[in-house]
Parts: sequence; structure tokens; C-alpha cells
Amino acid sequence: MHEPAGTCRAGEDKQGISQMRAQFVFGEVWVGLRRNLTMTVALIVVVAISLSLLGTGLLVVKQVNHTRALWQSKVELSIFLCDNNPLTAQCTKTGAATSAQTALIESTLRKLPQVVSVTYRSQPQNLAQFRKEFAYDPVFVSSVLPGDIPASFQVKLKNAQADAGIVSQAVTGMPGVDSVGNDSTILTNFYKLLDGARNAVIVVAIILIIAAILLVANTIRLSAFNRRRETAIMRLVGASNFYVQLPFLVEGMIAGLFGWLIAVGLLVGAKAGLDGFQSYFPFRAQLSLSDLVEVVIVTMVIGLLLCGATSFLTLRRYLRV
Amino acid sequence: MLGFLDIIERSDGPVIHFESVTKTYPNQSRPALESVDLDVEKGEFVFLVGPSGSGKSTFLRLILREERPTDGRIYVAGRDLARLTTWKVPQLRRRIGCVFQDFRLLPGKNVYQNIAFALEVIGKPRRFIRKVVPEVIDLVGLEGKGDRMPDELSGGEQQRVAMARAFVNRPMILLADEPTGNIDPATSIGIMKVLDRINRTGTTVVMATHDAAIVDSMRKRVIELEYGKVVRDQSRGVYGQAY
Repeated sequence: MHEPAGTCRAGEDKQGISQMRAQFVFGEVWVGLRRNLTMTVALIVVVAISLSLLGTGLLVVKQVNHTRALWQSKVELSIFLCDNNPLTAQCTKTGAATSAQTALIESTLRKLPQVVSVTYRSQPQNLAQFRKEFAYDPVFVSSVLPGDIPASFQVKLKNAQADAGIVSQAVTGMPGVDSVGNDSTILTNFYKLLDGARNAVIVVAIILIIAAILLVANTIRLSAFNRRRETAIMRLVGASNFYVQLPFLVEGMIAGLFGWLIAVGLLVGAKAGLDGFQSYFPFRAQLSLSDLVEVVIVTMVIGLLLCGATSFLTLRRYLRV
Repeated sequence: MLGFLDIIERSDGPVIHFESVTKTYPNQSRPALESVDLDVEKGEFVFLVGPSGSGKSTFLRLILREERPTDGRIYVAGRDLARLTTWKVPQLRRRIGCVFQDFRLLPGKNVYQNIAFALEVIGKPRRFIRKVVPEVIDLVGLEGKGDRMPDELSGGEQQRVAMARAFVNRPMILLADEPTGNIDPATSIGIMKVLDRINRTGTTVVMATHDAAIVDSMRKRVIELEYGKVVRDQSRGVYGQAY
């Protein structure tokens, strides 16, 4: 009599069982999502916004790193040499750099371990470069005469930001050296701006993620409360914890998934915005599609983990056996 | 799961075995149950009587492992409940059916769905459910009422649905906590007939009740509790002289 009819002929019923389970779980999930629709919608919106902000933060991080790498590779240290037209006290004292002084400066630079390459640029070469870079401003170009711009050594550094001080100190004051120009000082402020923007986006995203976690917890709690009769009976007839909790878990994850889908749309927009931003700069540091895909996948994982883990922890508190 | 069932099926000892069980709820000085020793054999029908607060519900909750004893040991189907891990508790409960005074049906589901729910949530295949639910509807005397909603049924009929749900998985023990408490005496007789029918299939029935007429008419084993102690344990007993 105590033969649990139907459980032992496992083979033929296995498919039936899993089908049954899926049907049951999704039926329950649908009921749960519909019953507290307002909370579900709020949850989806908050998840969407927090994930898209987090994703935007990640995109901005990538953009900043990308931009920094691109620009840093172009940054050089310019060691200007004294000529017959001295402008600084240093050059007035020593006069135009002799070829011996020039050679010494060059060998000093080459000996430094931080230096990648040293290129000599004569006065006419520097003038031509100057005219090319400022071609859009003919008035400015015409006001600069040959001889205004001295010859220089263009030095590429291993680490433009960290090594600039050491290298410039090594040559400053050497006879024949006029002044040292560093491109990256100009960029420092720009980097600060980019970093600030990135940090702001991430801080807002973190705050929103905390809000999303609280909202997930609350939605699941409400859902569990709405169905307390069902869960009480489930526990009574011996439904496993997994069976009792799965519908709620899936419910949270589905809300997370919908939120993520919306976030993907917003992230595509955010990338377009970042690309548009590039047109203000001379060097384009556009993010690739794979960067976007990577961020989208990361936000999906975070979104699902966030919703799943929060639901699970909430349920542990409210649906105890 | 099958391993667990094997143990149940093979055990020859009492179905329920209490060994000097004491249960004291937190923040209460007097224990709800105090050094209770008793055995319930397989296939027995037991009435649990006593005034409110005498420990009847605690007794039932301990069997279900909804509570754990403060002291002593409880064996259900030869299994030491203290050594049952939390994740095995659902499997214990699958072997125990439960009926309550307030029926506890799901208002949004009809009779058939309410009974089927108990099987769905333990993952039984649909084919099996389609086969056994109508059988058990007939067993409790609700032929042709499978598609009624609970609020369309009388109290007695609702309790029949609850009994069908408790019995549909063929439990080895059926616990009934005041099943006739909300039902008039004439209807109660029908309820008791169903419980008797369930008992005759070999299921052990433990019923907590205040209903003296029923206890007296059934002439089954009576266990009387008072202030958490067993004061009387009588086979073929009556409700008691004191009442």
C-alpha cells in the first residue's frame, strides 16, 4: 500500500517530470510577475538604468584608457637647443650650441634607460612641422619667422608621464640646452577631466546598483508574501526547498534579464555618444564593437548575479523550512 | 530519496516513537510537552485529546519536524528526526499527510487543481497526477465535484478536499489537527468515515480533537495530554470522564 505509485518506473516518466517541472515553475513565475506588476516594472527600470550606467562607466573606462594609450604614444619630450637668436638667460650666457655640445646632449640622452628614441630636428624641419600643425591658422603661421623656432631633440620615453621629470632634469642646464618642452603637461588636465567623468559615472552606477539590490529584495519579499498560502502548502506536502524557491528565483532573474535588455539598447546609444565625442579631438580613439560586446556581456553577468543572488538570499530569510 | 523510502518500507518498529520528549518554547517557563514517551504502531488510529494548550499541536508539529524537541528523541518510521538533515525534511513530509481545522485550500484553484498541486510541487509526472487525483476525489466522496472552487463548497466538502490532498501521495501517516473543529456534528460523521477509510488502507492516523462524541463513537486508542504530559493512554478509549 505504501508503494509510492509512479515514482519507481523512472525511465518512462523522466521526461514527463522535467516537462511538468518547467511548466509548473514558469506558471508560478508568470503569476508572480503579474501579481505585483508595479513592483516588477519598477524593478526592471531600476535594473535597466543601473546596468546601463555601470556599462557606460565601463565604456568610459575603456575609452579613457584607449585615449590615454593613443595620446601617450604620440607624446614627446622636446629638448630645444640654443641658436643665434637667444631668448632665454641660459642661452644668452652660453651662446648657440656648438656641434660638440649638441653631440654631448645627444649621447647623454641616449644613455638614459628611460629613453626609447632620440631624433634630431633641425631648425627648418621644426619650422615645417610647426607650419603643418597650425596650417588652419595662416595668420599665426606667417607671424613666425624662420629662426624663431630652434632646433631640437625629440625624445620618446618609455613612460611619458613618469619619466619626463628625470629626463628633463638630466639635460636641463647643460650647455647648449635652451629649454625642455613636455607635451604631457598639457594632457594632464585633460586626463583629470576624463578620470573625473569616469569616476562620477561609476559612483552613480554603484548607488543605483544598491538601490536595485534593495528593490529586488523587496519585490521578491512581496512576491513571497503574496504567495504565502501556496508556499505553506508546498512545504507541508514536502516540496523541496529548490522547488519552493525556484519560481521566485526565476522571477528575479527574468526581471533582471528584461532590465539588461533595455540596458543593452541604452549602452549602444552611449557608445554612439562616445564616438560622437571623438570628433572634437585630432586623434580618434574610437572603441571597437568587441569593446561594446564585452561590456554588454559583463553587465549581463552582473545583472543576473545581482538579481539571482539577492533573490536567493531574500528567500533564505523568508521561506525557511 | 529511494534510499529513504527503503528504510521506511523495511522498518518493523513503531511508526512514531517518542522517547522522553520535552519541548519548551523560547521565553516560556512551562514546557509545552514534558517527558513524553509513547509509540504509535503502523496502521493505528489514535485520538489525541486534552484541553487547549495541553500540547496536542506541539506533538503534531514535532512529528512534522516543524519544531525540534528541547530534549529527548523522536523517531518517525524508524528515522531519528534529530539526525535528519534540513534538506531531507521535505522527504519526511512527503510521507506524512496533514489536515487542519481551517482546511488551507488555495482559493484560486478548483478541487482537482488543489489536490494536483500537492503532487505537482513534488515533481510527479502529469500522467500520474491525471490517474490518481480522480481516484482520491472518489475516495473522499466528492465524485463529480472536481471542477468546483473552494468557495462553492460546504465546510465538510472543503475538509474532504483537504483530506484528499493529504492522502493523494499515499502517506504512511496522516496527521489531523481538529479536522472537525469547524464542522457541524452531522457532517463530522462523514469526515470521520473518510478518515476511517484512509486508516483502513494501512495509513496511520493521528487526530487531535476536542470532539467527545466522535472519540466515544469510534472506540479507538485515546492519548490524553494535560499540561504537556500524557495522563492517559487507552486502547478503545473514550474522551474522558472529566469532560
